[in-house]
Amino acid sequence: MAQVEKFSYDNAIVRNFAYATIVFGLVGFLVGLLAALQLVFPEANLGLAETTFGRIRPLHTNAAIFAFVGNGIYMGVYYSLQRLCKAPMYSKLLSNIHFWGWQAIILAAAITLPLGITSAKEYAELEWPIDIAIALVWIVFGINMFGTILKRREQHLYVAVWFYIATWITITVLHVGNNLEVPVSLWKSYPVFAGVQDALVQWWYGHNAVAFFLTTPYLGLMYYFLPKAANRPVYSYKLSIIHFWALIFIYIWAGPHHLLYTSLPDWAQSLGTVFSIMLIAPSWGGMLNGLLTLRGAWDRVRQDPILKFMVVAVTAYGMATFEGPMLSIKSVNAISHFTDWTIGHVHIGTLGWNGFLTFGVLYWLLPRIFNTKLYSVKLANAHFWIGTLGILFYAIPLYFAGWTQSLMWKQFTPDGFLEYGNFLETVTQILPMYGLRAIGGALYIAGYLLCMYNLIQTVRSGKLQAYEPAEAPARPKAYVPHKGEHWHRWIERRPVQLLVGSTIAILIGGLVEIFPMVLIDENVPKIESVKPYTPLELAGRDLYIKEGCLGCHSQMVRPFRSETERYGEYSKSGEFIYDRPFLWGSKRTGPDLHRVGGKYSHSWHYNHMLDPTSMSPGSIMPPYPWMIDNDLKYDDIADKIRVLRLLGTPYPEGFEEKAAADLEQQAAEIAEGLRKDGIDDPNLEQKEIVALIAYLQRLGTDIKPKAQATN
Amino acid sequence: MQIIFLLILVSLIIALFFLLAFIWAVRSGQYDDDYTPSVRILLEDSETNKK
Repeated sequence: MAQVEKFSYDNAIVRNFAYATIVFGLVGFLVGLLAALQLVFPEANLGLAETTFGRIRPLHTNAAIFAFVGNGIYMGVYYSLQRLCKAPMYSKLLSNIHFWGWQAIILAAAITLPLGITSAKEYAELEWPIDIAIALVWIVFGINMFGTILKRREQHLYVAVWFYIATWITITVLHVGNNLEVPVSLWKSYPVFAGVQDALVQWWYGHNAVAFFLTTPYLGLMYYFLPKAANRPVYSYKLSIIHFWALIFIYIWAGPHHLLYTSLPDWAQSLGTVFSIMLIAPSWGGMLNGLLTLRGAWDRVRQDPILKFMVVAVTAYGMATFEGPMLSIKSVNAISHFTDWTIGHVHIGTLGWNGFLTFGVLYWLLPRIFNTKLYSVKLANAHFWIGTLGILFYAIPLYFAGWTQSLMWKQFTPDGFLEYGNFLETVTQILPMYGLRAIGGALYIAGYLLCMYNLIQTVRSGKLQAYEPAEAPARPKAYVPHKGEHWHRWIERRPVQLLVGSTIAILIGGLVEIFPMVLIDENVPKIESVKPYTPLELAGRDLYIKEGCLGCHSQMVRPFRSETERYGEYSKSGEFIYDRPFLWGSKRTGPDLHRVGGKYSHSWHYNHMLDPTSMSPGSIMPPYPWMIDNDLKYDDIADKIRVLRLLGTPYPEGFEEKAAADLEQQAAEIAEGLRKDGIDDPNLEQKEIVALIAYLQRLGTDIKPKAQATN
Repeated sequence: MQIIFLLILVSLIIALFFLLAFIWAVRSGQYDDDYTPSVRILLEDSETNKK
């Protein structure tokens, strides 16, 4: 037996991350509630640009994913990794840099997103300086984690540690891959990919962010905290190993299921579907492994709120991972995509799986590091029931809303016309469901307030044991090298260095491959009539991004008769080659806009943006009076043109010098058109609205629809 | 659509690294014992939380 060594676990960093989790949970939920209320009462945007749906929707998703769940991951990892490795964290300094760095990033997000500083990529909206900061802090976390693993006293890496490692490596690659962008200014950049390619990279990222940020780290937490809370070993450790490896190998291929029936090539869509369906096997293996851990202990679940939270969390994981593969089947996706079904689905995952597991871990962990008991088991039970009701009231109405709306979109009269030709009818139909959803969200928050009170009282009743002394024998050297051994042995003894080195190698390889390809050619079938945006349209497009219009409007007409009847010719991949970033969207709270160009007059758009209900009575779109008041800023237009040409948009040499004049001329033309319709504003041509109108009127007009075949 | 080949390549490389990690794990005896690790995590090695 090796010498027993004494050391201590750092609980202070665990406490810090726990506090951040608790605070940002509340923030994320409240912003979500604000967004949900605006779908029922548009006035709930408070009349401010900064608090309007399009801008706070990314704030909500980023707060929930990266602030609440992110800090939750770190809390759980810092607690369990030390104990699983029988070693303190590698570096206290790195722990602190990680903690404060991450909180600073969250602060930067909370400031920039309401200001409309966004790259428009879902769950990766933050602009390039923050992206770099995220990468740096993530690397600090990685060094700290791998350092701890290297210095471990326990030879065996428990399955949870494997989940943490997979999380770190994959998120590193995804984050870098999806945020390759060229800056125009400090707070504006254009992605190196355009159109279909950008869409594919985004959803490769988007899906795997769910897989490797919301799922794998939480599975690691489940494999540690569920057995600890139940005080019994996981049902089958062998199954957990199979679960891990199977999940890791399949997950990364499922991304294209977000792009079914879009302009993505068919075979790529099928690839995504096949892997998504296969995913049900490892996912359910993991769920059953979690639930069966409680075999013979279900009587304890009745009394222990912590176990209750964990059971519902694992069940929600099972439901979401059954639904996911189902939604990836093309015929189901034809109904579900762009509807609230998707929103219901993800909230089963986040409120149920991530939220409830986090609550279970908080209730279990805080009393331990504060050397006390949970303040009130009764309150925790109340939180559990209110929260569970909240999830049900949130998700079930959204499922109904999704089905109802999708069926209405697709309904034809016996004569072959759209039954609900006015999109708005399909929105007002589901408003009661939106109301119920907001009530569900409010219930969830009410339960959470009990949780906060309970945890605060718990902390007050105890005292933090910042350093928890522990002892364990040193790790025996597994292998003593001998002379003349094969060189590969040397690498094999250094698994962690191998993984880190390999990740860097992939990234370098990826960059070397990506850049020439991007700079040389757009690899999408070109359509002769598709031309780059004019400077004014480009400025309008960037306003569309700034206001978050893509949160409610898609730009992707799918090849269904119900869609071509409603919107026009279906979208072709070649139409998007100058779209940086792509703006296909993923939700239709309002109608698709890809063929909106030329559909309405300039003045219709002007009046509609000033007050949507004046053009469509009953509309839940918020008014955008500030776009009519604000002067258009275009001092960076030359830089924008320059960057886009660098990326391959064929603006002629020297065009950037003429861009401002070109912009002013087109603005004057549109302003003149507006004046003819009686809109009277002396400075009309200088306003943001003119640029937006220019962009909207351009949308989808580059191709002429093919003549209908007659027979 | 070369991007898709690139994504497949990157995904394959990630998969390859996990495969190597898997082979390492098996060959270094990580999975020789597929029961005791599940019990060992339940044992506390610090004084505080020993029941």
